[in-house]
Amino acid sequence: MKSTAYIAIAFSLLIGLPASAVADSGDIVVEDAWARASIGTNRPGAAYMILRNTGSDPVTLVGLETPLAMMPDIHETTTDLNGVSSMGPVGEITILPGESVSLEPGGMHAMLMRLQTKMVEGETFPLTLNFADGGTLNVDVPILGIAARGPEG
Amino acid sequence: MLWGLTAIVVVGSIFLQFSIREEQRADAPAFQADFELTDHRGIVQTDEDFAGRWLLVFFGFANCPDVCPTTLAEVAAVMDALGSDAAKVQPLFISIDPERDTPEKLAEFVPAFEADIVGLTGTADQIKRTSETFRVYFEKIEEAASPNGYTMGHSSQLFLFDPQGGYVGAWTYGTSAEEIVSDLRARM
Repeated sequence: MKSTAYIAIAFSLLIGLPASAVADSGDIVVEDAWARASIGTNRPGAAYMILRNTGSDPVTLVGLETPLAMMPDIHETTTDLNGVSSMGPVGEITILPGESVSLEPGGMHAMLMRLQTKMVEGETFPLTLNFADGGTLNVDVPILGIAARGPEG
Repeated sequence: MLWGLTAIVVVGSIFLQFSIREEQRADAPAFQADFELTDHRGIVQTDEDFAGRWLLVFFGFANCPDVCPTTLAEVAAVMDALGSDAAKVQPLFISIDPERDTPEKLAEFVPAFEADIVGLTGTADQIKRTSETFRVYFEKIEEAASPNGYTMGHSSQLFLFDPQGGYVGAWTYGTSAEEIVSDLRARM
């Protein structure tokens, strides 16, 4: 990863790009992205993944974009001591250097509100992660069956 | 205000449940599964229609994108793992969102898990009564981007009832299918 960054820096110096083109968000690696199929477009969907920061600076995820949903947002399910679960937006997520943040069932998830098309098992959809430094990362999220229990199905 | 009161009543009844239970014989269930609701095919069902089977009961709502499909996916894995014993177990999904969850809406949702889950809903009054019987809590949470402008908070345990409809216990949200299957097998 580091060598890629050095090559990118060298390349940006070579062609005269500003240094910000190799922003810290370039150190974010996404693993095990998956989502469940939706029944139609009336109900919100959810997508899950692990965000790993391989760099040496904190990186903050500030938003999501996808043609699949008008209002994608990071949400979190919390369950209290009485076993009552509820959901709400979490705002920004900061991923510390060398750490990872999991979006997983029962915790944080990419909540896909106002679906524009049905989420069909076997297809993928593009999800863009927007970071505080202006960097973006495009992820192709595989859509698994509605009864999937994890990235392996 | 009403929701706050409901919360106090429900939390109060949970404490009551524990104190009553201590005075009861160890084998007497704390309460019985008791309901009359309409299933996802539009048929009225009561607890008596499921007598003789173990009941796995989860309360949720069809617009729920995370906790409900996750739990129903675990329930489907439980039913798969039970093999021929699955015939002795009936999973029920009871809506705590009667405003949006008509039988037709549930018919789009529960059969997708291919686990013979019966979806149940009813009038607001029926759902309120059922939640009191089962000592579950639910509340509406306003959220502009959600369908009809709200989402729901709700008790997320998976409840187990014996073939006589007596409450056995509950698994907290996130318990794996494997763990549920081994608990179930030990009791069946």
